Amino acid sequence: MLEIKNLKVSLEEEDKQILNGVDLTVNAGKVHAIMGPNGSGKSTLSYVLSGRDGYEVTDGSAHLLGEDILDMEPEERAAAGLFLAFQYPVEIPGVGNMTFLRTAVNGQRKARGQEEMSAADFLKQVRAKAKSLKIDADMLKRPVNVGFSGGEKKRNEILQMAMLEPKMCILDETDSGLDVDAMKLVAEGVNALRDEGRAFLVITHYQRLLDHIKPDLVHIMADGRIVKTGGPELALEVENNGYADILAEVM
Amino acid sequence: MALAQTKITATQERLNALRLSQSGWSASARADAHGRVIAMGLPVRRDEYWKYTRPDELTSPNVINAEVSAEDNTSIFGSLDCLSIVFEDGIFNAEKSDKLEDAEITLELLSEVNDLDIHWATGLYGVLETKGQAPVDRPLAALNTAFAREGLLMHVKGTVAKPISLIYLQNSDNDDVMLHHIIKMDKGASVTILESGPVGARCNIVMEAEIEDGASLNHVRAQGRNHERRAATHLFARLNKKSQLKSFTLTMNGALTRNEAFIEICGDDSVAHIAGASVGDGAFHHDDTVFIIHDALRGESRQVFKKVLRNGATGVFQGKILVKPDAQKTDGYQISQSLLLDDDSQFLAKPELEIYADDVVCSHGSTSGAIDEEAIFYLNSRGIPKVEATNLLTLAFLAEALSEVEDEDIAEVMERRLEDWLTRRL
Repeated sequence: MLEIKNLKVSLEEEDKQILNGVDLTVNAGKVHAIMGPNGSGKSTLSYVLSGRDGYEVTDGSAHLLGEDILDMEPEERAAAGLFLAFQYPVEIPGVGNMTFLRTAVNGQRKARGQEEMSAADFLKQVRAKAKSLKIDADMLKRPVNVGFSGGEKKRNEILQMAMLEPKMCILDETDSGLDVDAMKLVAEGVNALRDEGRAFLVITHYQRLLDHIKPDLVHIMADGRIVKTGGPELALEVENNGYADILAEVM
Repeated sequence: MALAQTKITATQERLNALRLSQSGWSASARADAHGRVIAMGLPVRRDEYWKYTRPDELTSPNVINAEVSAEDNTSIFGSLDCLSIVFEDGIFNAEKSDKLEDAEITLELLSEVNDLDIHWATGLYGVLETKGQAPVDRPLAALNTAFAREGLLMHVKGTVAKPISLIYLQNSDNDDVMLHHIIKMDKGASVTILESGPVGARCNIVMEAEIEDGASLNHVRAQGRNHERRAATHLFARLNKKSQLKSFTLTMNGALTRNEAFIEICGDDSVAHIAGASVGDGAFHHDDTVFIIHDALRGESRQVFKKVLRNGATGVFQGKILVKPDAQKTDGYQISQSLLLDDDSQFLAKPELEIYADDVVCSHGSTSGAIDEEAIFYLNSRGIPKVEATNLLTLAFLAEALSEVEDEDIAEVMERRLEDWLTRRL
């Protein structure tokens, strides 16, 4: 599904390398978690994969379903099946949530040469999916993320994911700012989307989210690269002992 | 204060090219206005009120040609159920117009009744314009009062069901059009007046509205899309008790547009909202100059102006709220914002509050900004391409102004036209 090789990235504005050769392969149907201390490059990795401006790839490659995504525009990557659930979802005053969702769904379909979804089908799907995420009609009508609570914003991200049906989902600290109940709700939303044809990369600081979204593999990222990979028990080790031991061992 | 010689000369040159009508009920109002123009002189660039907008092309005896645009000669409001009144190059066209008959409103043409000795409009023609000459001169409006030969005299007696749609078509590429409309709203009357179309290569339109107690005037205007046109408009309105005025202007294109509004709230508990959305590209200069006077209790006024500017376009906003000493409990709001789509465009704003009452709420804000790149990336990452994302955000920016239009059907046709404009331009 996703194949990253020796990815090196620096900030465009300053001559500072942030990713120092990331190697990562995620297969279809799998859930991978990335943990790591602050500043280790986790969020940068998610931004670079989704095509945000301001980063320069100096070496390496990233392929989604065999396609080189690094040369694509962000919207092309989205149409190719990549989705990033933002750590800080952006508020867009004046653009209704429904309009936004529909433009996105149809934008991707158009890019893939598919027919637009009819208004009726769209409404039906949105309503059903919103309901399971406890997103009420009012939230659908309001401008995108404007005045949403932290939990509402994250649920809205998952709703977008559910509507867009991406192949490769990257969740960037989706648990940050959520209380236990909200986290459960979000995790349920994610779990409902798990299937053979879809993969997840879950970036998190805490093992707690991984209690709800069970990963197949856990990677520890430090200093811009993946330094250790293991099973779910690796997350527990981090939770109990912090990163110090692991980092001392590998670096 | 004596006028500068250059100003006197320029004014004289302009007046020499015009002929003053001496007959009928409007003759003395016209003569007075003519005197006002001579006393004030036509605006020149050095005038403070014209600091951001060069008036030359509006005052010169010569008109700059503006090609007739076929697509612009169909009314944006054509799909709505209206009573249409069509002017072609500033001259009434009976064939293209609906019959001027409605039980709740009397509609007469200035050109047809001008030579009568007595007319109800005598007490209004040029009256609000004259009042609007203080504290700031508006010589182009006085010029209009003196020389306009055409216009619609509307006497609204009750609730007019269908909007009255004034459609201004253009057939000649060098016409200089002057129109002077009068709206007399009886107590409790209500009407929606629409204006649309290119008008002419150059136009000077004045609308004077006397709004009696409890009456409500809804005014929506979509100015012509012709790139080369030059326009100066004035809306003068006086609001009596518990009356309401809502005026919204949509402007797309045009080389030069100056829309002035002079609103006097002189009856208690009245509401005046003046709003506008404009989008311009390149040689586009758009000026909204608004003056609202609160001279009564519990008045509410709103000014909401949004401009989208690109490729070196210029937007101007001069907005003032004047609250007189007795206008307690006034609620005034003013916002002017521009979205600059590149580094070459500019927005010049002069928001002013002058408040003499001590128990009022007045707020104002003015901003210029670029498109939010964070939001663009968010939309991109969901599969919405850059152009479409920019359009979405641009429409979202204009939404606050557009929401001032209460009638959903009218708002929708304008939103669609904005979408068209954006899709074609971006």
